[in-house]
Order: sequence, then structure tokens, then C-alpha cells
Amino acid sequence: MPKIVFTEPGGGRREINAPLGLTLMEAARQNGVQGVVALCGGACMCATCHVYVDPKWLARLEPREEMEEGMLETAWEPRANSRLSCQIQITADLDGLQVTVPQRQGQ
Amino acid sequence: MPIEAASVPRSPIISSILIVGGGQAGAQAIDTLRREGFGGRLVLIGDEPQLPYQRPPLSKKYLSGEMSADRLLFRHRAFYDEHRVELKLGFQAVRLDAAARQVELADGERLVYDRLLLCLGAGPRRLTCPGAALAGVHYLRGLADVPPIQAALKPAARVVVVGGGYIGLETAATCRHLGCEVTVLEMADRIMNRVVAPVVSEYFAREHRGHGVGILCDMRVVRFEGSGRVERVVCADGSVHAADLVIVGVGAIATTELASNAGLACDNGVVVDEYCRTSDASIYAAGDCTNHPSLRFGRRVRLESVDNAYEQAKTAALCLLDRPVAHDRVPWFWSDQFDNKLLIVGLSQDFDAQVLRGDPATRSFSICYLKGRELVAVEAVNHSKDYMAARKLIAERALLNPEKLADNQVSLKDSI
Repeated sequence: MPKIVFTEPGGGRREINAPLGLTLMEAARQNGVQGVVALCGGACMCATCHVYVDPKWLARLEPREEMEEGMLETAWEPRANSRLSCQIQITADLDGLQVTVPQRQGQ
Repeated sequence: MPIEAASVPRSPIISSILIVGGGQAGAQAIDTLRREGFGGRLVLIGDEPQLPYQRPPLSKKYLSGEMSADRLLFRHRAFYDEHRVELKLGFQAVRLDAAARQVELADGERLVYDRLLLCLGAGPRRLTCPGAALAGVHYLRGLADVPPIQAALKPAARVVVVGGGYIGLETAATCRHLGCEVTVLEMADRIMNRVVAPVVSEYFAREHRGHGVGILCDMRVVRFEGSGRVERVVCADGSVHAADLVIVGVGAIATTELASNAGLACDNGVVVDEYCRTSDASIYAAGDCTNHPSLRFGRRVRLESVDNAYEQAKTAALCLLDRPVAHDRVPWFWSDQFDNKLLIVGLSQDFDAQVLRGDPATRSFSICYLKGRELVAVEAVNHSKDYMAARKLIAERALLNPEKLADNQVSLKDSI
């Protein structure tokens, strides 16, 4: 299983084993990563699973689709490396991915 | 800004918290209690056997088979073990003795608590007309409801959905996506009549029809017919609708028996204050089961909403930990049907004017509700920008300029 490293809102580091076939949001939530709220459960409707992806990894992810772009505008402090973790599928290539969970979700 | 409660009495150290109900609110309360330092005994009683899971996909990707059950879980079992949560799943709480601070389970076991948090949720309103108990008439609320529906969802199966609300329409869209022949029977003169403006109803009716779903309004179901299993749905106007499967989504009722039988104040939900405290000082309640004050709108509400369950659970947990912060949220809701995203923020029951922004023909528009010049609610169809702006404007009680508001060239956030 690919290992993913999260930096939680308090600054804590959490390394999880993310099962293939899940989304990054699902893997984070099931493992209790702090700050990944995901109210809508992956429907791209709430922007509360917002994360910042380590810029080195951005190009290795599938690009954002229009729907995600729209919802990201509603996220708390979106940046160039913002993603909704529900839109990122876990694949073997993501072993070692580093993401940071924002201080807040929603507004 | 949340309001600090000077008036809330300081509670003594509590050694055990019992949560009844393993839905969104129950799961979130566990999370907040442990993260915020509660070290005592924590027990979760849930009448469903599964670990706490999210319900919204049940009418969508889970029903369609695109999502497996393990993906619905909020947390792995390891999380509950790690956080020392005693799980009593598949156990129904049948009696609450508030004086003795005890909850009795269906198997007779009695659990004693210092504090109790009721996250009882809501259950589907059930039809009582003749034939309503026939096999093939289904409701969709929990995981266990899904497999019997899925088994009947074969391509070309004739599905009749009773009720054109969120659940009915989302389910209709999913069944159609799976190749079924789908008819929605709505009692009112338009779908989603209680939650959206007529123009939004019309838009969604058009979308459904465009995908081949029959949307029939002014249809009051009077009986179901069939020999041993539902075959037909009969309406008051005499129309008969052939059905291999019926799915009923005609609203939900707060689950309050446990609370009301124990003498807690209940009135369309368990009555709580803005700290989620019930009429018993040791008992709190959160989520769909509560009748609670909306500070923003100055009246009591009962909401069926994931966000409300999540936020009230945090409120209850913090109050239990003697760090009270009032629940003061602008409600919001969502629904996705086919490729349409409907986001609703605020409460639209009391307004003076509805303003349409944009053109439904472009598939992206919003309806703004004004009370005087104050924005009180927005329904945004494929328009996340207006939704985002509305959340802030409604919370801030912003006064809008109606002329700018009606001009789609001016952004909603600048319509002040």
C-alpha cells in the first residue's frame, strides 16, 4: 500500500498506508487524519476535504477537473497547490506523497 | 463569531459519556471528545451493526454499486480501539431512566452514564395506505435497505418513486442511470416544493425528463396493488402505474421515543438549547433528532442536514468538556442529481422577494431570497461561486442592493 504523509493542522505528522482504490480523502478519514472533514463524502460538493499537495508531487496527480476548480474557490485559503482530496485516487505512483491539511475547512 | 457562554454552569469532572446513535453526529462527537481531551469511559450504542458510516451516498454511488460499503465508513475499527471507544453496535437502546442515569438495551443490559448524548437521527415517514406493506415497497435510510433494492434494479425494471424530494429524486436519477424505467409521483404541484423555488423545481423536472425519468405532479398515492408483491401503484386521480419496485421517499420524522418516554421535552424533535442541552441537565442531543434554536434566524428549527449533525455534535462535545461555544451556523444542504449540483444555504421560509441570477438555460444560476434587503437564503444550481458568497453574506446579515443583485454581471459578493 502506498504510504502517504500528512501534516495535520496542529503541525503533527501522520504517515498512513493508503489502500489502492480509495480516494485520498477516504484513506485520510478512515485513519483519523485530523482536519479532513469531508462532509459530503466525496461528491465534490463541500470543499471540506481540502489539502495542500507538496508542489513536487502536483504534476504526478491527475489535473483538477472543472467541478473541483469551482468548489476549491469555496475552500478556506485556496492556493496554487490546493486539491480536494476526494478527487485524488490512490495509485501505486503516489507512494511517498506529502500533503498538508489546512488550519480550517469551510469558511 | 461564536458566543462564549458566561451563563453555562461549570460541570463537575465527568467519568463516563454514553452516546446513543452511530450516525454522523455520534461519530463526530466521539472524534471531538477524544481530540479535545476527554479521558473517561466512552460508549457508543448503535442499532445498526456497522461501524458509523455516511448516509448520503446510499441513494447515489452506493446504490449504483460504484462504491463499496467499506468506503462509507467514517473511521476504521482501529480508530475506535486506539481511542478506547466501547462499541455496542447492533444494539437498540429501548429505555432511558433519566433519574437513575441508565440506558437499557434490547437484550436487557443496563449501562450507567454520567452524561448522555442522544444522536437518534430521523426515520423515514411511512405510508399507511392499502398495500403499503406489500413486498417490493421500499424505503431508503440505512445500509440494510440497499441490497433488497439493488437486487430488483435490473435494466428495464419499472421503478416507481413516491415523493419528489431530495431522496426520491436522487434515487430516481441513480435508477435511471442503471437503465431502469423510472416514474416519480409527487403529491404537490411541483417537485422539491418545500425546499426550493419554482424555477429550481422546473429546472430539475426538465433535467429528469431529459434523462428519461417520468415526473408526474399532483399525484396522491391511494394504494398499492399486487398479488404477494407490488405490481401497480394507484393514485387518487385513478391513474395506475405499473411497478416492479417502489421506493418511497416522503420525508423523515425525528426519532424521539427514547427521549419522550423518559420525560424529556420533545416537540418535533428533542428540544435542546444552543449548547445542545436537553431539559435534563445530564442529557444532550445533536443532529437530525433535535429541535434547536437558529441564532441567525431567531427561531427554532429541526434540520435534516449533515453539516448540522456535524456542527451540533462538536457543540455538544465541547459543552460536555466544559468549554461551551454556542451552535450558531447558517444551515446548508446539498443534492446531486445526474450531473447537477444543487447547493442551498440559509432558510427560505420567511422572505419578501426572490431574485433570479443568471439563466437556467445555461445550466448555472441561483435564486436569492431577500427579507427586506437582507439576504436570507440562496439556492445555487451548478453555481458554487454564489453559494460561497451567500454563506458569508447571510452569516454577516449583509444588506444587498436589489438592482446589483439582479444583474448577473455583478458578482453576488459585490451586490451590497
